[in-house]
Amino acid sequence: MSEQSSPPGVPQASLQLAYPVRGLDFSSAGEAAGRIKRALQQIGVPSAVIRRAAIVAYEAEMNIVIHARQGTLRASISPGRIELIAEDEGPGIADIEQAMQEGFSTAPDHIREMGFGAGMGLSNIKRCSSQMTIVSDVGRGTKVTAILTGW
Amino acid sequence: MVQYFHSVKLDREACKGCTNCIKRCPTEAIRVREGKAVILEERCIDCGECIRICPNHAKSALTDPFTRLGDFAHRIALPAPSFYGQFRPETPPEAFLQALLKIGFDDVYEVPYAAEAVSQAIRRYMEEHRYRRPLISSACPAVVRLLQVRFPELLEQVIPVESPMEVAAYLAKDKASADLGLEKKKIGAFFISPCAAKVTAVKQPVGRAESNVDGAFAMAAVYGEVLKHLGRGSAKRPPRRIRAGGLGIGWGRAGGENVAIGKGSLLAVDGIHSVIAVLEEVEKGRLHDVDYLEAQACIGGCIGGPLAVENPFVARVRMKNLSEQSGQKGFQFSADELANWYDQGLLTMSKKVAARPVMQLDKDLQQAITMTGTLERTVGELPGLDCGSCGSPSCRTLAEDIVRGVAFETDCVFKLRDRVQVLAQEVLELARKVPPAMGQKGPNANQGQGGASGQSPPGAVDGSPSGGQGR
Ligand code: SF4
Ligand code: SF4
Repeated sequence: MSEQSSPPGVPQASLQLAYPVRGLDFSSAGEAAGRIKRALQQIGVPSAVIRRAAIVAYEAEMNIVIHARQGTLRASISPGRIELIAEDEGPGIADIEQAMQEGFSTAPDHIREMGFGAGMGLSNIKRCSSQMTIVSDVGRGTKVTAILTGW
Repeated sequence: MVQYFHSVKLDREACKGCTNCIKRCPTEAIRVREGKAVILEERCIDCGECIRICPNHAKSALTDPFTRLGDFAHRIALPAPSFYGQFRPETPPEAFLQALLKIGFDDVYEVPYAAEAVSQAIRRYMEEHRYRRPLISSACPAVVRLLQVRFPELLEQVIPVESPMEVAAYLAKDKASADLGLEKKKIGAFFISPCAAKVTAVKQPVGRAESNVDGAFAMAAVYGEVLKHLGRGSAKRPPRRIRAGGLGIGWGRAGGENVAIGKGSLLAVDGIHSVIAVLEEVEKGRLHDVDYLEAQACIGGCIGGPLAVENPFVARVRMKNLSEQSGQKGFQFSADELANWYDQGLLTMSKKVAARPVMQLDKDLQQAITMTGTLERTVGELPGLDCGSCGSPSCRTLAEDIVRGVAFETDCVFKLRDRVQVLAQEVLELARKVPPAMGQKGPNANQGQGGASGQSPPGAVDGSPSGGQGR
């Protein structure tokens, strides 16, 4: 599990942020995404990109809260590129393609009753990012990586 | 750098530097420096939170003086919908509107009347534009400015329909000019304002180049004048009929705008901190099911404005009763009239609302990234108590101020104490370094003495009353 953050080539300023996220902690859910958004504003990332990044970060954080015991939301920001990584210790995803479909959800009823877990999370992340990859190990955890480039 | 007009002003003499206001400000626009509050102009949104919270009345709203009426040949009062909630039930609207004519105005044009046209325009805009949802109301200027500063990515959802105040001013002048054959520039339209934000919207509008309104008076000041003239003497003119219906008057309280729009999935939120919480939901993409968001900076809506007089809860019931008496069924103008105004662009903004990128640390992206990194590290080193003693509203803002080069780490009282402690320790150590010639035995001679090292004599600290001492 290596964390490649600085791209090869010209040395560029980059910022690494990491926030722990606890499973089922709905009271502080969204805080990590909020902090990332604030950092993006302070950097001066264009609004349209912040808008997308905010949704990606929030959905990725909520995935951990809903499905996993715990995890980490990480952001790596360099000029023109935002990488958001949500890594968790959770049940993992057996069929990633199915999980990507809009409306598909494995969230239990009590969570859906709270208005979460409608099965839009992963598809929202995909819609808002330039590139997205999911690596999952059933029974161990999931790592979602979303990259927003071209700004 | 853009020059900002602000209605919210500080009275330096009255300010005691108590830091109450810095913590309440929704855009972190206030610092305390050298014992006095300082407002960061580019961040202030004129919401008036600091006016309400200041225990020393050091914050106030700058409004126009009544002498401004003298600049015009024909003066029209534009009472805000919230004005209707300021009077006792014994005083019908006819009476207080009539009283306006005795205090220097030549005519009254009711803003709630224009609010009805605006409600219809919102409805039409919503039907014609099925873009991203929810659309966000543009009626409260403090909320629009909040979006410019803190939620620039949501600006494209702000509905470009003009505020009832602007529409009222335009229609009032148009009518007066036609009726009296006067040039428009000789006609003055004056808003009776519940807040600082509206004053700023008159002096520096965001959705158009210039406001149709010529000045704004504080509702509290007008109220005082009106009271003096209520029911006194005979009016020169026959009593005024009120034109505004219940739906327009309702705009003065939270939820009233939505009632007047009346169609779709409508959400209303009031109080600037609650507005922020809801906007954060919009930002996360969680409110797709809502068509329209009515958002007002003041708790209770405009009747809760800092320049209103009546208790907002009392005002709310007055407005409700009045609203019902005036009829809630329909609007007071014809569909043709409305379509005409809409098509002429009278009801919509002529300028896009632009972002105010005040959060950015540096124009250069690389530099800003490096600074943000330093900021994050600095936050980690601060105690995280958000006590405000440093003059910045939170540890994070102090870190931001440090990174921007306008504050020091030692502005934090805890950091300062740590530093003093280290310094004191060093001084103490130096003091103990008595030269050997003066009889010092060795470098460790002082250890174990002086109590500070925690090696107290047995029994002295553990407080056991009996035993232990029987040696
Ligand atoms: S609340 Fe703000 S303006 Fe009022 S006295 Fe305290 S520091 Fe000064
Ligand atoms: S809610 Fe009304 S009174 Fe309060 S700031 Fe907004 S426009 Fe002004």
